[in-house]
Amino acid sequence: MIKLTINGEPKTLTLPDDTPLLWALRDELGLTGTKFGCGISACGVCTVHVEGQAVRACVTPIGKLQGQHVTTIEAISQNSVGAKVQSAWVALNVPQCGYCQSGQIMSATLLLQQNPQPSDADIDQAMRANLCRCGTYPRIRAAIKQAAKTLQEDV
Amino acid sequence: MNTPDITLVNISRRAFLQQFALSGLVLAAGLPVPSFGDETQPDSPRAYGADAMPHGWVDNPLIFVAIASDNTVTIICHRSEMGQGVRTSLPMVVADELDANWWHVKVKQAPGDEPTFGNQDTDGSRSLRHFFQPMRRVGAAARQMLIQAAAEQWQVPAAELSTELHQVVHTASRRRASYGELAERAAKLPIPERDTLQLKKPSAFRYIGQGNVGVYDAGHIVQGQAGYGIDVRLDGQLYAVVARPKVLGAKVRGYHAEAALKVPGVLKVVELPSSPLPADHHPLGGVAVIARNTWAAIQGRKKLNIDWELGEHADYDSDAYRAQLATAVRKPGKVVRSVGDAQTALNEATQTVSADYYVPHLAQAPMEPPAATAQIQHGQCQVYTCTQAPQLARERVAKWLKLPIDQVTLHVTLLGGGFGRKSMPDYVVEAALLSKAMQGRPVKVTWTREDDIQHAYYHAVSQDRLEGALNNQGQVTAWRHRSAAPSISATFAQGQTQLMAVELGMGVVNVPFVIPNIQIENPEAVSHTRIGWFRSVANIPHAFAVQSFIAELAAASGRDHKACLLELIGPPRQIDPRALNDQWNHGESPERYPLDTGRLRKVIDTVTEQAGWGRTLPNGHGLGLAAHYSFVTYVAVVIEVIVDDQGKLTLPRVDIAVDCGPQVNPERIRAQLEGACIMALTSTLYGEISFKNGAVQQSNFHDYPLLGIDAAPREIRVHSVPCTDYDAPLGGVGEPGVPPIAPALCNAIFAATGKRIRNLPIGQQLLPSDD
Repeated sequence: MIKLTINGEPKTLTLPDDTPLLWALRDELGLTGTKFGCGISACGVCTVHVEGQAVRACVTPIGKLQGQHVTTIEAISQNSVGAKVQSAWVALNVPQCGYCQSGQIMSATLLLQQNPQPSDADIDQAMRANLCRCGTYPRIRAAIKQAAKTLQEDV
Repeated sequence: MNTPDITLVNISRRAFLQQFALSGLVLAAGLPVPSFGDETQPDSPRAYGADAMPHGWVDNPLIFVAIASDNTVTIICHRSEMGQGVRTSLPMVVADELDANWWHVKVKQAPGDEPTFGNQDTDGSRSLRHFFQPMRRVGAAARQMLIQAAAEQWQVPAAELSTELHQVVHTASRRRASYGELAERAAKLPIPERDTLQLKKPSAFRYIGQGNVGVYDAGHIVQGQAGYGIDVRLDGQLYAVVARPKVLGAKVRGYHAEAALKVPGVLKVVELPSSPLPADHHPLGGVAVIARNTWAAIQGRKKLNIDWELGEHADYDSDAYRAQLATAVRKPGKVVRSVGDAQTALNEATQTVSADYYVPHLAQAPMEPPAATAQIQHGQCQVYTCTQAPQLARERVAKWLKLPIDQVTLHVTLLGGGFGRKSMPDYVVEAALLSKAMQGRPVKVTWTREDDIQHAYYHAVSQDRLEGALNNQGQVTAWRHRSAAPSISATFAQGQTQLMAVELGMGVVNVPFVIPNIQIENPEAVSHTRIGWFRSVANIPHAFAVQSFIAELAAASGRDHKACLLELIGPPRQIDPRALNDQWNHGESPERYPLDTGRLRKVIDTVTEQAGWGRTLPNGHGLGLAAHYSFVTYVAVVIEVIVDDQGKLTLPRVDIAVDCGPQVNPERIRAQLEGACIMALTSTLYGEISFKNGAVQQSNFHDYPLLGIDAAPREIRVHSVPCTDYDAPLGGVGEPGVPPIAPALCNAIFAATGKRIRNLPIGQQLLPSDD
């Protein structure tokens, strides 16, 4: 039995320890905003935050998460940086199909938390493993810069 | 308290049939076969667009618009949203003609039901092309009904009334009524005839062409609240994955159900029957594992240890096949267009140039893999899925479950990308069969990425050989193109070895070149896998070959590529596609949609001007140009590339010029062109599906990689050719951005390095050689 905190709420999972967090979130807890894309940590659509770090939920067994804090896309608006990222995403019409954008937003939020004024190279480094088949990359880059600008204006 | 919406009224099937019987049109009976467009009766009047689809089109605002007393306007979107923005753009058209306030608009997705909603096959870059005018009429008719309702309520002539953003106004008496107040009365009025409708003047458009409406679903998407097919959750739902045959047509001989059942969470193992070939839209068969959650099902599947009887395609080897295609294009094939005498001109030319181009199989790999959920209760089946073909999926489920089609409801979710894969409902039928195997309990079947890459309907592998003759002024005097590829038609009929009119009309026969001797041939090619639709389809290899070869001809005569390309296209003129032996013309009227070389020239002029064609570049930089006409839209591209001494590519900028006729949603048009560029770059740089012993060798994004943000062009500039005439025919948008990218990039690489890429993907070809 695994006890952990998801989006601020205590949860108990009665699943084998090797069950990836992704499937616990999606199938057991009904948090389907975190997406399945590859199952081998190769596309980033399942990106969530565990103890403030970006983690690929598809290869993270729940057995390693005893007592840990998980944040998913469903609660990222409660994070002030996350909310600004979401606003920039909507303002610039970033999404096409939208399927990868949960993971993109989770990665972008962490990037801006750690580096509020990222360079293009910083964006490449932080976002290169979040794949998008629709090809929204130019807008993702622009939205990260716009969110960075709004963060700066708040200071 | 809420008063009810205007009832959504179903036009009866019978009334609909009668209407069409009068106009003398014959409706396709039975299950739809892919419409290849070349079976037209020469003497019968032919319909085009929405009217020409198997279930036709009926103007009826009550089907598409509902207005509540609180002023909420609900607009039905009957086409599938897969990232192209159709849930924004089509309702926006209705809202504009209705004079509705977009803030009060809600979009509701139609279930699969073509007799009610008209064609729903979301493919062929035609949602706006076919439904712009019908949706305008829907909005205009609803607006006229609201005006009529006010006229009756106020006892004034309708001609004295106008609308102003969600209100009907009588200026003389200064009376106003909101749409919500008038809706109930309006819904009871007769529907205005098509020829009485008054459409807005384009100068009065609020939304159409303005680019001021955001993506409808964006708010839900960024919060993780958007509902895709893979996200469906019903009470009591079970989760399934299927082990499918790796070789097309293989059958299950035996398997170890017990081992799978020992995995915690696994509930049942079910064998699914395989279907005889052709593959069609049938499920592939195999063995399903049904479990408490998807992970348990995946773990159980690993234990099945299936023994397969491999069948006739077990020897399919894409290397050997490639050699066969390369041989095939060295010999004459079926002549599909002939002008003058290309053979003699080639024999007698002072200079000839020839080149062979290869494009491998590709998998669509939408980020959301195929998924579907089905539940059967009281003889009725509810299906929830991400599909580009809702009606087809519904018909197939009904057929496999042996249910009347009225007993199957096909709910369409958002699609996490489609790109043609989700036009094929094989996975939807799987969900229905598995629910049936579980006594009707809801079962969701999820395809893993491995399933998706190894069981796609693949883009056809293709080999194109071009031969050209040049005179001593560098003018092209002969053109011979042999194009060989397995046809999509072979997926639906055994033994098909020639390309269809649809495939030939994608840039093989319909090249608008001023060349006195042209011969275009299609050698035979046998298919060994499921060939399907991949965004822009056969335009990919054809544009790659044709647009690369023109650059090669220019280089051979030492001339500027752009000048040669424009010389080949010749003066501005309108060409009847039938004069090019294009019998398809994207399913459009040849009169209304001629091939306009003036428009093709214009996008080339625009893009070269914007990209600074001819400017001096540093060493290792190159500009590459390509232009292609597809889905009745004209696109030209200039790519700037930097190739370093290690063969590493950088793409500082891509310029794209597009003429798609009048633009409904310029903002989403830009997005589609940006996205098409990046998707095509992935294919050009990395895309390859190969087969050994009948099975796909790739399995996931580690060996079928996608371009990341770091390798994508830093800047993509889309330059639209303006068109303010909204009566002019619309062009497609979703696909036409793809075909010019590969040749533009390879032409840029040639300009930068002198190295000519003729085989895709580029892969390791630019690495420094050892010698």
